[in-house]
Amino acid sequence: MIAWLLALLQTLLFIAAAPLLSGWLKVAKCRLQNRSAPSLLQPYRDLAKLFGKTLVLAEQASWLFRATPYIVFGATALAAAVIPLVAVRLPTAAIADVIVLVGFFALARFFLALAAMDIGTAFGGMGASREMTVSSLAEPALLMAVFTLAMTASSTNLSTAMQYTLDSGLVLRPSFLFATLGLMMVAVAETGRVPIDNPTTHLELTMLHEAMILEYSGRHLALIEWAGQLKLMIYAVLIANIFLPWGIATTFSPDALLIGVLAITLKLLVLIMVLVLVETLLAKMRLFKVPEYLHLAFLLCLLGMLSHVILEAG
Amino acid sequence: MMLENLSLYEQAILLLAAMVLFTSFALLAQTRILNLIRVFAWQGTLLAVTTGMVAVVSGQHHLYISALLTFALKALLIPWMLHRLVLRLDIQRDVESVVQPAVVLLGGAALVVFCYWVALPIVHLSALITRNTIAVSMAVVLLGMLMIITRRKAVSQVVGFMSMENGLFFAAMVSTYGMPMAVELGVAFDVLVAAILFGVFFFQIRASIDSLDTDRLNRLHEVEE
Amino acid sequence: MIALQLMLGLPLGGALLLALIGHSRKAGWINVAISAGSFVAAVSLALGVLDNGPLLSPDKLFYIDAFNVYLVVLTAFVGMTTAIFSRPYMQYELSRGRLTSQRMQLYHAMYQGFLFAMLLSLSTNNLGILWVAMEGATLATVLLVSLYRTPESVEAAWKYFILCGVGIAQALFGTVLLFFAAERVVENRDEALLWSVLHGGAAQMEPTVLALAFVFLLVGYGTKVGLVPLHNWLPDAHSEGPTPMSAVLSGLLLNVALYALVRMKMLVDGAVPGELAGHLMMGFGLLSFLVGSLFLHRQRDIKRMFSYSSIEHMGLITFAFGIGGPLATFGALLHMTVHSLTKSAIFVTVGHAAHIAGSQSIDKIRGLIKTQPAVGWGLLIGTLAIAGFPPFGVFTSEFLLLTATMKSWPWLTLPLLTGLVIAFSGLFRHLHLMVYGDVPAGQVAVQANMLPVALHLLLVLWLGLAIPGFLAHWFNQATVLISGSSLL
Repeated sequence: MIAWLLALLQTLLFIAAAPLLSGWLKVAKCRLQNRSAPSLLQPYRDLAKLFGKTLVLAEQASWLFRATPYIVFGATALAAAVIPLVAVRLPTAAIADVIVLVGFFALARFFLALAAMDIGTAFGGMGASREMTVSSLAEPALLMAVFTLAMTASSTNLSTAMQYTLDSGLVLRPSFLFATLGLMMVAVAETGRVPIDNPTTHLELTMLHEAMILEYSGRHLALIEWAGQLKLMIYAVLIANIFLPWGIATTFSPDALLIGVLAITLKLLVLIMVLVLVETLLAKMRLFKVPEYLHLAFLLCLLGMLSHVILEAG
Repeated sequence: MMLENLSLYEQAILLLAAMVLFTSFALLAQTRILNLIRVFAWQGTLLAVTTGMVAVVSGQHHLYISALLTFALKALLIPWMLHRLVLRLDIQRDVESVVQPAVVLLGGAALVVFCYWVALPIVHLSALITRNTIAVSMAVVLLGMLMIITRRKAVSQVVGFMSMENGLFFAAMVSTYGMPMAVELGVAFDVLVAAILFGVFFFQIRASIDSLDTDRLNRLHEVEE
Repeated sequence: MIALQLMLGLPLGGALLLALIGHSRKAGWINVAISAGSFVAAVSLALGVLDNGPLLSPDKLFYIDAFNVYLVVLTAFVGMTTAIFSRPYMQYELSRGRLTSQRMQLYHAMYQGFLFAMLLSLSTNNLGILWVAMEGATLATVLLVSLYRTPESVEAAWKYFILCGVGIAQALFGTVLLFFAAERVVENRDEALLWSVLHGGAAQMEPTVLALAFVFLLVGYGTKVGLVPLHNWLPDAHSEGPTPMSAVLSGLLLNVALYALVRMKMLVDGAVPGELAGHLMMGFGLLSFLVGSLFLHRQRDIKRMFSYSSIEHMGLITFAFGIGGPLATFGALLHMTVHSLTKSAIFVTVGHAAHIAGSQSIDKIRGLIKTQPAVGWGLLIGTLAIAGFPPFGVFTSEFLLLTATMKSWPWLTLPLLTGLVIAFSGLFRHLHLMVYGDVPAGQVAVQANMLPVALHLLLVLWLGLAIPGFLAHWFNQATVLISGSSLL
């Protein structure tokens, strides 16, 4: 019973913390670039503001357009629910399968692309097509990375895999090195960060994700923005917990849980700093360069798998 | 051999070997000439560090000499020579277009799988801790060859050639803890002379076709019409 | 022992000496003198080995047995006669302004360097050093191929460098694998690449590793032998380099590379059940033989034509070593000798012919026999000999090879015969006009030294008419070594 309660609490924490992570990202980036930063809580205020606004819908919008924000948020929240954030061995771990996770993301993206085309504006269609191009290249890389993990742990279950990495202690795995790098690159592409996409601009020539949600407003937009922040956090937690699971709670004692919360906070802080550095140092690449970037990510993940087979097994 | 049962040093060797393989792929994809030489120098450095690591773990003292030799030759001297040549030829800004980079990289990955398959029977025979890296070293050789085939600029071909030599040295080191010293010195001497000759050739090619694009070396044909 | 040291030390010292004074007018003579000294040393070494059996130097660095000693003598001999030819030839090139005295210096130094590399790879006992010396031979000759600095010659040299470099790298990988296999059966790892140690212990080596090693070695040394499809560098390097270089490349380098390959085959045969190495060599050999003879027809450059003929003959020899057995091996050894002698004689003649016509193009070379009978006859007889006409030695060896094929692989006789006929017609298609055609206006004789040609062709004729007893005995010893049983 307490385990289920914990699982629910963890999911709520996940969803609630996602805007905070984005807030921290913005603050860190501003600081690094010598700009005055907004408040850490600014994403929450933005969301609240959007929830309060009246909804403006295009005349042609069908039910698909209206349902999509809920589906996207629902799928992303479900994905968040299955990922071990502060503790492993929660009851939700039974469905914490990486393939399920990838499936949730695909579902959300599918509906988002459909909704983008639903209104019939040029930008929506363009954004949808670009998003699909990117994801069709990113998804194999993502799968390759998680398979590398799965082969090492002999399981596609996230919770089991983390447990396995924890149990085996400090092992230098070439495959993990490559898979982590590859996964990071995929994460950057999938969450629409620099150098693939710039979430802060609405420049028609370059935008990917923003082009798709151009027609949304009010609470719909709030849900989609929130889902986006969740997605960023999911990737960050995945990278942090899969490859460096130390600190995560394996028992449900308050001490362990507290350490778990602290550990994941620390890991996320560091990871976000890395992302901020990357975003500051790199310029957004041309759209035509994106496939090359994703090929590299795929290659890294593939190398991860190959080095697992060649160097670590047998 | 389960990775968990190895010492951290031994795991580090495998990790470094994987990184050497990665530099080979980086060479394959890198199109800027100075970056190419830099990556090549990194490959040499990683190779030297790996050799040193193996020397520590295995207690084979002659490997320290090999490591030093590799570092001096492959990480410092040859990259420095190439760098100087590039500056003297004034081609440091050249960017080479690789045809179908994605296909080349996937072809490289396929080569790695092939090497794994070929090396499998050898790996089973060996008892060295480095035995699993034999396939990797072979892959470095073949990736160097792939690079020579896919590149058009003379300098990139030479980098590919030298990276092949890296792979050969790597192979000798991981499969048998290095060849006898006499042979190793001989090979190092050959590599050095080859590097110098390549430098001479850059100037000869430039003087004769006014470019370093080997695509334009096309006067001789198998069948003369 | 002293003979061995002299034989290797003279070219090495000569290379260093000529690197300093190679531009002087006497350099040509010095080159001849050093090569002759090396040849004398090689002969006395051979006599010693013939009398006392295999020679292993005390430090185990060198090993001379019946197989390599005859190649050592052949190499030193062709090296000497080519040096004799090269002195006036290169002087003429210098006077024509195709070369500078600085490049003459390079040429002379590298000529001796090349000879040293060849003799070292033949006489060394260490299979690793063998690789080093083979690579050294490439490095020594690559600048000579581009000696004229024409775009074509630079291209040929680059191709030669890259292709042979890549090829020979595979051989090093093969050597590493060989060392891997050997290290497991030889106690002292420093001795695990020594031929004298390995040959006895070959049977205990791991067959799978050795088989894999042989594939790499075949690709590696096969590139240098000029086996199809790894032959692309060969016609270019032969046609664009100076003619003495073509003569030694064709007459020596290919032989030595094949020698390395056969040594490896001997090891592999000892360990791998079945005839993997033999079959691979037969396949590549036959392919090279047929492709070489077909491509002969399509050439317009006389040196290119004869280099394809080299590919053809090397293919034939590889094929013969692949068949194995005393008869084929004996034939292959004989063929190696006569091909080397004849082909270097032809290249020497071709060099003079090109000087007379002022071009290497077959269409421009006309009426040699009227302008300069010695050169005309030399080309005619040389071509007759290489095409396998009786009574020259090439006929004898080809006859032996055909007989051996008929005995063990009867149905392969047909492609062999077809190939020989194709090659024959390819060579004679052009020969007639070159030798007898109308003399172009203004064509004059050049100063030519036909002594090497006459010497080589007489030797080939002698070998064709009657193989002297001591030589037959010698070949037979090598045959026993390679194939395990005696022919005589």
